[in-house]
Amino acid sequence: MLTNLRRSLVMAALALVVFGFLYGLAGTGVAQLLFRFQADGSITANGSILVGQDWSSPRWFHGRPDDTGPYAANPKKGIAGGDNPLVANGVPGSSGATNLGPRSKVLVADTRALVSYWHRLGVDPTEDLVTTSGSGYDPDITPLDALVQIPMVARATGIRPAELRRLVASQTHGEQLGFLGSSYVDVLQLNDGLARLEHARLHGGRRG
Amino acid sequence: MGFLWTIVTLVVALGLTWRYLGSYMAAVFDGRVHTLDVLERPIYRLLGTSPDREQSWRRYATSVVVFSGVSFGVTYLLLRIQGSLPLDPQHLGAVGPALSFNTAASFLTNTNWQNYAGETTMSYFSQMCALTVQQFVSPAVGIVAAIALVRGFARKESSTIGNFWVDLVRCLFYVLLPVAFLAGVVFVGQGAVQTLAGTVSIHDALNGVTQTIARGPAGFMEAIKQLGTNGGGFFNANSATPYENPTPLTNWLSIYLVLAIPLSLTYTFGKMVGSVRHGRALLAAMVLIFGVWVGFTSYAEHQGNPAVAAAGIVRQPTGNMEGKEVRFGDTSTALFAVASTQTSTGSADASYDSFTPMGGFGLLTGMMLGEVTPGGTGTGLYTILLYAIVAVFIGGLMIGRTPEYLGKKIQAKEIKLAGLGSLVMPLAVLVLTAIAVSVHAGRVGPLNAGPHGFSEILYALTSQGNNNGSAFGGLSGNTDFYNVLGAIDMLVGRFGILVPALALGGSLAAKGAVPESLGTFRTDNAMFVGLVVGVILIIGGLTFFPAVSLGPIVEQLSHGKFF
Repeated sequence: MLTNLRRSLVMAALALVVFGFLYGLAGTGVAQLLFRFQADGSITANGSILVGQDWSSPRWFHGRPDDTGPYAANPKKGIAGGDNPLVANGVPGSSGATNLGPRSKVLVADTRALVSYWHRLGVDPTEDLVTTSGSGYDPDITPLDALVQIPMVARATGIRPAELRRLVASQTHGEQLGFLGSSYVDVLQLNDGLARLEHARLHGGRRG
Repeated sequence: MGFLWTIVTLVVALGLTWRYLGSYMAAVFDGRVHTLDVLERPIYRLLGTSPDREQSWRRYATSVVVFSGVSFGVTYLLLRIQGSLPLDPQHLGAVGPALSFNTAASFLTNTNWQNYAGETTMSYFSQMCALTVQQFVSPAVGIVAAIALVRGFARKESSTIGNFWVDLVRCLFYVLLPVAFLAGVVFVGQGAVQTLAGTVSIHDALNGVTQTIARGPAGFMEAIKQLGTNGGGFFNANSATPYENPTPLTNWLSIYLVLAIPLSLTYTFGKMVGSVRHGRALLAAMVLIFGVWVGFTSYAEHQGNPAVAAAGIVRQPTGNMEGKEVRFGDTSTALFAVASTQTSTGSADASYDSFTPMGGFGLLTGMMLGEVTPGGTGTGLYTILLYAIVAVFIGGLMIGRTPEYLGKKIQAKEIKLAGLGSLVMPLAVLVLTAIAVSVHAGRVGPLNAGPHGFSEILYALTSQGNNNGSAFGGLSGNTDFYNVLGAIDMLVGRFGILVPALALGGSLAAKGAVPESLGTFRTDNAMFVGLVVGVILIIGGLTFFPAVSLGPIVEQLSHGKFF
């Protein structure tokens, strides 16, 4: 018994050093050396491309309704994360889903409110646009989710729908390796592209 | 089409892994691999043991229990004093006693049930040195216990079943560490975070949003979280979080990693007992059940969410997307979920609570089968061997012969141990669920109303009793009541099966071999596979059908009704 106790303590100490410190630190070292951008969180000028954000204005493509802020009547504000990796615009939270069951009255009511929210914006929403994600900050939408928002964005920005369709197509990531998962559009990258498009238009406008 | 290719590539990759990782592990535990001798020898000296000093099953089991107790103590202590330890850039402070108790029990039993949100509760120090350490050690304990039982079948008239400390060290350094490290590099390369730099605040000039984003050393934890069938993630939303599981490729890799060791151990078993056919028979039983559950659950999730349909979105071409991530899609998420629930991993790349009634049924019942299809690292193998012994016994009764398995006579003592091991889990799950629904503290837990609320409680206790760790996340589990109840559930589910399995190993090792004759009941053919599958389904089905009918089945049958 005492031998076992001594061996257990030695083994626990060894494990703490090797699998706690060394594994974590060596991993961090290798990660920072080989994949600095990814290891730091895929951060670009306007945010992380892996963390969804609130896009409340009709001038931008919206992500999935995970957020607590922009959907004025958002009934799902009770969810843990809400485009809210830790703090967004002063509201704290952690990642997470609504966890509402498939026969939940609350889910029916929340989804209805989101459908009418989209209708007010002149968008006929797809399923992803009225359901919340697992992480609470899904950075992606499907190409179809982006296409149905084009009338809204075109009205607000004055950019021709055909041009916006080209933008969505150029920002679409196909299924990985040709067969894994779904094809998707990263909302931040899409809106960065949209901002470049607008910038070019303004620029061109002044010249003309 | 994409889903089909996902399955095909997984089958090919896992088939190769089964063959080669399986025989590699047999060589490791037989002491035929010496690459790391320079590292091993000083560790054995430090521990005061050596590979030629073998243990009886009693000593082996005592070592397991004492080591687990020390692991529990260390984890509990580190969480309690978190506030005074380094690597805490968010200044999170100490973790409370009930939550620390539950978490320590959870990680030492390979359950990884999480009553906390990682990014707002655990410092980097705790994630690395308390939790990740247990994610290496606890699967290793499961694997070596399985190997000890396998030695019981392989040896004749032996009083020992191996040396726990030697097995543990070999498992950690030869199997888990190298594979996890390689997988960690892939996770980070795909986009998982791995930094000690703390949170980052960014202002988006386009929409005026300022976010503070939680980061941390998550990518390498992710690798061992999946490989060791642990399931406890760095972030609250687990594998749904893009920082843990950034792409469809890492989702595929996660599914591969959780299945790799549990499946390959059947080859290791076959190799060590000198009949790969016997290993293949167990593999076939595992894969048969697993495949049916994958088909069923993916189909259910592809049908769309009834509540979303009731709100006017009738056409749901992408399946049920409530609680799911766009980059994975419905069927791959369902495949991940089945792999996670049937390997006792419990990681989640979606909200399982928001699965369709029959999708949730698939996950819940997958665990109720006892985590043997293929089950956790090691735990899956030793538990299915208990079921195999029950199957041999039943087969023997039907044809009136003395039951034998791998040349060992199965007698009253073995049947008692196998019976005990296969009944402990249902007993713990059902009794504790009954307690939880009988008291106020238990009934206030669920988020959802109606049958789904009951499902949340049943799921929690099934998950913990089977050392799985996945959840219907709506349940508010971080209360003194659920923290303590769950910890009991996890400890009983772990040691109530592990100790009888080791005792069985000891009892079998002591026996001589019975020569095979024409009258021997074959235990390596399709008939036996069918018998094992039958035993698994009947034990799980009979014990849990009444409870499941009150949850997901009622929910499925209440068409058009919402709660």
